Order: sequence, then structure tokens, then C-alpha cells
Amino acid sequence: MNTVNRKTTVNGERSTVNGKSILALLVAILPTALPPSRLTAQSTAIAITGGTIYPVSGPRIPNGTVLIQDGRISAVGTTVTIPAGATRVDAAGKWITPGFIHANASAGLGVAGLNGQQEGGVQGEINPSFNPAEGVDPAAIGIPIVRTGGVTGGVLLPGGQFFPGQAPAVNFAGDRVDDMLVRRNAAMFLDLSDNSRAAGGGSRAGTMARIRRLFDDALEYSRRKADFQRAAIQPLSAPAKELEALLPMLRGEVPLAISASRRIDIENALRLRREYRLRVVLMNGVEGWQVAKDIAAAGVPVVLEPNRDIPSFDGLGARLDNATVLREAGVDVVIAQGDPGGERNLRYAAGNAVRNGMSWDDALKAVTMLPASVFGFTGYGTIEPGKVANVVIWSGDPFEFSTVAEKVYIKGQEQPLRTRETELRDKYRTLPPPP
Amino acid sequence: MTRWWSPAGLAVLASACAGAGAQSSPAAQPAPAAAPASTDTTSVDRPQYVSTYRRRANPPVLIRNATVLTAAGQEISNASVLFRDGKIVAVGANLTAPSDAMIVDGSGKFVTPGIIDTHSHLGVYAAPGTQAESDGNEATNPVTAEVWAEHSIWPQDPQIPLAVAGGVTVMQVLPGSANLIGGRSATVRLVPARTVQEMKFPGAPYGVKFACGENPKRVYQNRGPSTRMGNMAGYRAAFIQAEQYRQRWDKWLKDRKGDAPGRDLRTETLAGVLRGEISVQNHCYRADEMAQMLDLAKEFGFKIRSFHHGIEAYKVADLLAANGTAASIWSDWGGFKMEAFDPILENAALVTKAGARAVIHTDSPDGIQRMNQDMAKAYYAGVRAGIPLTRDQGIKWITANPAWVLGLDAWTGTLEAGKMADVVLWSGDPFSVYSKAEKVWNEGWLVFDRLDPTHQYKTDFNIGQAAPGVGR
Repeated sequence: MNTVNRKTTVNGERSTVNGKSILALLVAILPTALPPSRLTAQSTAIAITGGTIYPVSGPRIPNGTVLIQDGRISAVGTTVTIPAGATRVDAAGKWITPGFIHANASAGLGVAGLNGQQEGGVQGEINPSFNPAEGVDPAAIGIPIVRTGGVTGGVLLPGGQFFPGQAPAVNFAGDRVDDMLVRRNAAMFLDLSDNSRAAGGGSRAGTMARIRRLFDDALEYSRRKADFQRAAIQPLSAPAKELEALLPMLRGEVPLAISASRRIDIENALRLRREYRLRVVLMNGVEGWQVAKDIAAAGVPVVLEPNRDIPSFDGLGARLDNATVLREAGVDVVIAQGDPGGERNLRYAAGNAVRNGMSWDDALKAVTMLPASVFGFTGYGTIEPGKVANVVIWSGDPFEFSTVAEKVYIKGQEQPLRTRETELRDKYRTLPPPP
Repeated sequence: MTRWWSPAGLAVLASACAGAGAQSSPAAQPAPAAAPASTDTTSVDRPQYVSTYRRRANPPVLIRNATVLTAAGQEISNASVLFRDGKIVAVGANLTAPSDAMIVDGSGKFVTPGIIDTHSHLGVYAAPGTQAESDGNEATNPVTAEVWAEHSIWPQDPQIPLAVAGGVTVMQVLPGSANLIGGRSATVRLVPARTVQEMKFPGAPYGVKFACGENPKRVYQNRGPSTRMGNMAGYRAAFIQAEQYRQRWDKWLKDRKGDAPGRDLRTETLAGVLRGEISVQNHCYRADEMAQMLDLAKEFGFKIRSFHHGIEAYKVADLLAANGTAASIWSDWGGFKMEAFDPILENAALVTKAGARAVIHTDSPDGIQRMNQDMAKAYYAGVRAGIPLTRDQGIKWITANPAWVLGLDAWTGTLEAGKMADVVLWSGDPFSVYSKAEKVWNEGWLVFDRLDPTHQYKTDFNIGQAAPGVGR
């Protein structure tokens, strides 16, 4: 492994002594078997042995075993009993982590990521009922490529301005969309950035007024559906199906993911949260460092791209240590990336967050456990008994360029890592290419 | 013919330009005094937009106990690098420091040449990214060889110091890719400056931007070209004109008889290409189009110095090697349009294996901040695929090879005695995601020090923007 900074080399050895982590330690070290009935299908058991496990929910476990049965993790630790007939995978010298979850993904929305071929958005400003799930192509050539970066799940963002729609949470494996879906409506999206000024008539203040009217109308609609049917209600600011689609979010069942980069946009997002008692997730949060304490006090997580440092009028205060400052203030930071190399590079975004001052453990959490909990990947994001077996075996530190994802499991199934790119490479390895 | 890329040729060219009035003349170092304007002379006889960059006087620097990647074939542990008066004096063990030297402890750290980006739009597409500063594409005609990128560059672009913090010391700023021929490039040093003239690399030859494929035919679909064959016809028509123009001018410059031919900036640049004074920097994604462009170059007798965005370079790496044309590419950016459909991570490695020059370039204000990372991605992809590569070859992709593409390889791009002191000290291995450029010297001038805020310059745009009383 290359020279890395000390934060990395001490990863996992820095034990936080509190009740929570000791509990996590016990859970991690003591093999916890599922009920015997779940152990009968032993033909599907996979035992990954000898590697260093990074469960995320607790300290790392050197020379540990991860036992996978029926698509779930059934045991984790150093004294796991491996059932007879289990497939053994020797992971000596390897690093084992949960599959990474990409919080602003688009792989699968269209067969290719080409301009003009995306399926992630529809025209118009008020589309809360739009969900791009049915635009997901499980055969998309980008999906196997994403997996090569150890990314097993993603939140597929709807595209467009203002209220572009709902985001499905998916696994990046499956023959049908229904196999891929983890949660159909993982979040509702609202864009408060410069892009949405037009929706408010040209001013952010106008945008806020329009949002409040929409929310108030949706709430009124839900209280007075009978009046609405009889047309005995003032005209509403959006069609009923769009107002209806806002209700799960307004009831707090679905988070409202708000793209807000300028400090004023972040403050407005927190204002909406207070006024309507919403579950809010901040997206981008470029100037979040300026109001880190307020964000922390509100308990609002932030999804950000750790390399955003170029000033724009959507965030003149962009800086590389935004994630670090937010984390130090106690904010849950989810790492996403806008790297042109594609979603497979989420791991490098995490590495860059460490480069910019975040701790390695926080960075790992920010691409596994946190996106899972923020976006409703229930049962995902850590390596613990009972969790869905989305697991990656890495040749080394997953954030490093020298490392490769050697094996990727999604719901306990080892995934092919051959891509269109590797096939092209092999075709042109010698020139001219063989016929 | 003057070979513009040979260092001797550069000197000849520069002096010849002052006398003979060739139109592509950047000032040699030190810049010659401007020819006196008199009624006997015309614009072609005068220096054109001369560099006013001057090397700063600085104390000698000795970096000790570092791992030095020279980009000249070596990786040396526990080595020292000594530079003074803007030049590298020595690289190796047991160097003694002059009494006035600044001593830098390089224990655990790495030293590389300054990074060079062959493809940037900093300054011409400046942050904060408003339409008001969108100055990269003169999209008013498919051939705008008459425009010069340096006339658009805004030295106060706040993206420039961000690139400096990534270890970049020199870049080629190109016009955009809307046009078949988009205009002249500018090769600049990344230094604090009020004017672009203060950034222009003295003596650097000009390049000219070509763009194949989808962009020109999309931008001009209503007036043409609207097809790839239309693109080729556009190039040929432009060079047929340039041939005639060059003949007229070369004859007149030799004889000085009669009235000078009319001066036409568009054709003048293309005549410079035909004379070998201006290098062709060709945005071209697809393998088959690269082959067409190489044939176009043969038809008119010029060379293509580098393809840019050559996503399919690996398919014709043998052709690139045979033609002496470099491939400026990314490690893994692709898939965003049809002509970018076939990217592979091993592109740079396969181009290198075929004996052609691979260059990692950015075309991006984000990418330029982490060129070592893009290089490392491409390097490890090649190694994993079993393609023989050395770390020195990887470093060359962002230093020595781009220096060659810009015609600067005699002066910079490696850590060798006599080369310019464009030097980066890294906090760790530049092949690691965790490493940062810690100190950056631009011809001996400490333009960036991560540990010392007085050596972290800001452009005017950055001034007064920190939010008061909040944050940390």
C-alpha cells in the first residue's frame, strides 16, 4: 500500500469507549447465529475468511469471518462456525466492507449515460408524483461498471428543477426493476438552488412562498378531499395527484431531500423543516460549514460532494473542508460525488474527504451506514448478523487507486465484474485487434 | 523548415519572428524590446502581445531526504533536489546547501516536476461561471483560427489558484470545441498576475485548437457543416486557402518587393501551422476520425501534435506512434455522448505500450486540481491489466509528455539539472488519494505553501467573500 496519512493507518484502532461501541464490539465479535430454520439451506452459504472486516457498526475485526446464508449475513466474528458445504472464500490480506451506497446515482436511468438518453426526469416544475423507477433499465451498461467500484446500491435522483419527483432506492443487481428496488419512494426532492428561482418568479423569496402555498394546499386537500370532489374548494396550486404525492413527505414518512448550497438556501431549508415538521436531508450544502451548528442542532444530515470548491453564485463559500467542518460540528455527512468518471468512483470521493480532513472511519460510514439510514435502505449498510449481504472484498484500502474490488456480493450473490469496458480492453490489447 | 518544437528552433524562430515578421512570435526570454513603430513598418513586423512574465528572484532551495520522481526515468529514495535562479542545479544524494538556501525537509515526502495540463479552459470559462465570463467559444463560424485564447483569459479567475494548489505550474488554455478550428491556444504559467501577458510562458509556441466530430456538426447544423464529411470538407477548404496565403507571404517576406499581401488573421494562423510554427491540438474522440485527421495533415503537410479527449486512442495507438502524435486523455471520463461511448481505464497504458506519448489532461477546473489522481487511476488500471508500466512513466503522463505536447520539453517537465525549477513537494506518494501538493515552485518562485497562508494567493474575485463570524 502506498504511503497514506496517519489517519488511515490508525483506522479502527481508535476505540471510542462508550456503551454503544462496546455493544457493537460484542455483537461483532460474538458470532450471532440466526434461528436454525434459517440455516438449513446450506448450499447457499458463503464463508469469507481471513480478511479484515470493517463492519462500520463497530471496530474492525482482523482475521474475521463473514458468513452469508440465504442472501443475508448470518454471522460475523473471529469464532464463526462454518457450516459444512459452505463455499469458502479466502480473503487473507483483504479488506471487507459493506457495499457502498451512492446517494446521488443515475446508473440504470437509461441504457447508457449518453446525453439525450437519460430517463431520470420529466418536464415541468411540479412533479412530486414522478418516480423514475419505471425508467430504470436493469440491462444498462453502466450498472456492472458501477459495481466494479464496490457500489452495490444507489438513490436514483430525479432530474429537473424545483419539485422534480421521488427518488427510488435500488440495488445494482437484478433482472427486473422490481428485483432492484429496495424502496420505491426513498425521498422526495426539492431544489432550492439558483435553478429554482424562476419557479418563484425570479426570487428565492418567491420560491419559498410558492413552496408554502403548495404544502398548505396539499394539507388542505388532505383534510377536505370531499370538498375537493364537490369542487367546493378554492383552486389549488397543483393537480390533486401532485398534492397527494406530497402527503407522505408532509406526514414525515418520507424525507424531503432539499438541494441547497448557498447559506441562505440552507437556512430556508431548515425553516421549512421547522414550519412543517419535516424530515429534511440537505443535498450539496456547499456553504454548510457556515451554519454547521444550526444544521447539527436540527439533526439534519447533509449529502455532499467533498471536492466541491469552485465558487459560483450557488455557493461562493465553497471549500474543500466543508465535510470536515460539518462532521466536527456533529452533522451526519453522507459522501456523494460528481466525478465525471462515474458513480464507481464514490470510493475516491471518500478518499478525498479523508484527504480534506475527515477521519477514515467517518468517510467509510458516509458511503455505507449513513446513506442506508438516511434513504431507507433498511437492513443495509453494515456487516452485522441479519443484514442483507451486500458485501465487498477489496484488495486493500477501498479508497485507494491501487485497490480493486475483487468480489462484490449483492443480496448474497456474487456479481459479475466484467463490463463493456473490460471487453473493449481485451479486444484491443494487441493491435491490430484479432478479427 | 523551422521545427517549432526543437529548442534551437525556438530561438531561431523567436529571433526570426522579430525580424521577418512571422505572425506567431512569442517573445523569447528575455523579451526583446518591441520593434519601434514607424511609418515604414506594418503590424506584422511588430511583436504580437508579448509576454511580460519575469522570473522572480528567489533564494536557492534544497529539498532533502525526499523520494524524487524525476520523470526522466528515475525514482530516487532519500534524495535531494537543489535549485537556484529558477533552474534545477542537481538531483541526487549528498547535495550540500548553499549558505543562503532555504532548506526543506522532505522526509516521508515526494518530489515531482510541476504538473502540466495540455487542455484547460481556466480563464476563458472562469468561475463563478456566468454567461458574462463565457469566453471560450467564438461560435460564430466553423473556422475561427483568427481568435487567440489569450485575448479571453481572465487572470482573476478564482479557479487558477485552486489548480496551483494541485501542483500545476503550466497549462495550455484552449478555445472551446464548437468550431472545426477554434483559434490559438495560450501557454501560461500559473502565477499571480494582473494581465495575461504576465502569465504567458516566454517563447512557448502557439497551438491551434481543432475539433472533430459531434460538436462542430451540432453547432453549425443549420448552416453547415452538419456531417462528419462536412467537417472534413471544412478543414480542407481552410487549408487550401492557407496554402495560397502562405505562398504569397513567404514570397513577399523573402523578396520584400511591392506591397505586402493583405493580412488575414484567420489564414495567418493556418499558414503558421503549414510552416510548422503552430502546433495542432486536436479534440478528437473516435479512432476512425483520428485516422482521417492524420491523413488531412499529410494532405497539407503538417503534423498533429496531440489528439485531445482521445477516448479511442487505444484502438489506433500504433497509428499514433507511427505519426508521432500524442494522445491527451482522461483516465475514466466518458460515456457522456456517442463519440465518447468506448472509454477504457487502460487507455493511457495501452498508448504507452504502443510507443506513443500518453498525456493525462483535464478540460476541467475540478480535474486540474487533482491531476495526480487521474494519473494514478490510469496507472493502476494498466498495472492491474498486466501492461508493463513504471511509476516514472505514470508521472511522465502529467509532466514530461505534456511538456512535449506544448513544445516545452527542453525547458521543463522533468527534474534534471538545467531544467526550469518547476517543482512540487507532495505530502506523500502522489499515486495515493491522500496526498496533497504541499509546496509548489514555479520557476523557483514559491507560489503555494499549504502550511503557510502567506504563500496561498487569492485572486481579486476571492477577496472579501469569507462569511464573517460564522463557521470555524
